[in-house]
Amino acid sequence: MMLELFVYGIVLGSIIALGAIGLTLVYGILRFANFAHGDLMTAGAYVGLFLVSSLFPLIGIPREPLGPFSFGWRMVAAFPVAMAAVSGIAILLDRLIYRRLRQKGSSAVILAISALGASLIVRMVVLILWGGDYRSFFPGVLRPAMELPFGVKIRPDQVLIIGVAALLMVSLYLFLHYTKTGKAMRATADNMELARISGIRTERIVLWTWAIGGALAAAGGVLYGIDVQIHPGMGWNFLLPLFAAAILGGIGKVHGALIGGLVIGVLQQLSTAWLLPTYKPAVAFIGMIIILLVRPQGIFGGETGGT
Amino acid sequence: MSLLVVEGVRAGYNEEVDILQGVSLRVEPGQIVAIIGPNGAGKSTLLKTVFGILRPKEGRIVFDGEEIGGLPPEVIVRKGMSYVPQVRNVFPSLTVQENLEMGAFVREDDYRGRLEEIYQVFPDLREKRHQKVGRLSGGQRQMVAMGRALMLDPKLLLLDEPSAGLAPSAVSAVFDRIMEINRRGVAILIVEQNAKEALRLSNYGYVLTMGRNALEGPGEELLRDEEVGRLYLGRG
Repeated sequence: MMLELFVYGIVLGSIIALGAIGLTLVYGILRFANFAHGDLMTAGAYVGLFLVSSLFPLIGIPREPLGPFSFGWRMVAAFPVAMAAVSGIAILLDRLIYRRLRQKGSSAVILAISALGASLIVRMVVLILWGGDYRSFFPGVLRPAMELPFGVKIRPDQVLIIGVAALLMVSLYLFLHYTKTGKAMRATADNMELARISGIRTERIVLWTWAIGGALAAAGGVLYGIDVQIHPGMGWNFLLPLFAAAILGGIGKVHGALIGGLVIGVLQQLSTAWLLPTYKPAVAFIGMIIILLVRPQGIFGGETGGT
Repeated sequence: MSLLVVEGVRAGYNEEVDILQGVSLRVEPGQIVAIIGPNGAGKSTLLKTVFGILRPKEGRIVFDGEEIGGLPPEVIVRKGMSYVPQVRNVFPSLTVQENLEMGAFVREDDYRGRLEEIYQVFPDLREKRHQKVGRLSGGQRQMVAMGRALMLDPKLLLLDEPSAGLAPSAVSAVFDRIMEINRRGVAILIVEQNAKEALRLSNYGYVLTMGRNALEGPGEELLRDEEVGRLYLGRG
């Protein structure tokens, strides 16, 4: 039972980590807490819903599920499109709102409140377009769970969620450490002034950061929708766990957000053995507070800045 | 033709106050030129203005025959000038080699040969090339900072107080490296608190006070100058 909850915690933690990595990347570059990040996950899930339930049926992509999964080619095609779309939304929000405020030298509080406003806008647009009901990507499709050793039951979809999240994170790691743009992103997070002095066009790095953060948030949102039903408030509910994960890992650190996400996901799922699931956000924060009391700089915080 | 010409430059951090109140200087190709003067004279401000971090409000800055006053640093660096700030001059969470690669960011060509040359000038860095710079000593960080700036193979290197905050042994190592860099043909404009050492290795020196030119002359001459000695070299 506990082992099963632990495995479900890894599933949820993978999704939280995808969101928290974007949050921490944006914070690392811009020193800006993007309260709209959870709603970017919502936007990704609903772009996915629109594609698999409205657009792709029209252009004749078949609905049949692939292998043991609950979804088929429609979802395979929708996934990258949703990521690209939310990259665009994130960049748009930056151009329309955040960049203008940055250039005026607005304070951190103004930026944070404007992000809260942006999050409301995204959520309300979703609400207007799709309504407030719980929705499934593929209603009525149920696939049998697999039995793992020690009696752990897991659906093939959930295995795939962990796999896709892991693949995205490995890709991000390779990008940040082995490409010129990725290294420049880490350099900019370390010291933006010196990055400019070195000739790095930091505004372009900011664009890359939003694009990656948005894409990963969308991936998290769609993967969440593959696991359970989506609703317009889902991203907002994710916001506290995202921050808990990012802070827990030492804000600004990508590997910290990954570990933080997994820790928070596992804590949340384990807590359901004793508590109602509605307490999950509280569990995320209590877990974060306890760990920070022991290690105030976060799990990986401290010695050096940056990603 | 002079490599760098600064003429009557006024600049500051805000609209009201000008830290530089009409400063002029020249750097010839291959020279080391030192700027010395008391705290608050505007030495660092002058370097920042030359490199485009601050905009000159008045005056001309000509580099390699081209007017560069008002251009941003990411453009100026592409013209063959590099700058090492006094503080926060490395990327601490990047490795030594990644720091050097960032110095070559604007290069489109293969810079591996240049990397090799940098490791020849700073042999310590080769050993530590896969270590994070945040873990190095102050002197080694200063080497990384200079190495980063040199990756471009610049015509002119701006150094802001390279010896500040270093242990005495590290100070002489840094000055040795500066001489070595210059021998390889890079002109250097250096701001230093350590005026005696800076003038000793310089072809020419300028003394700034209150944002204005006070004195100038060949390094050796300024070293012998009574007034300079009394004011800045601690000779009573």
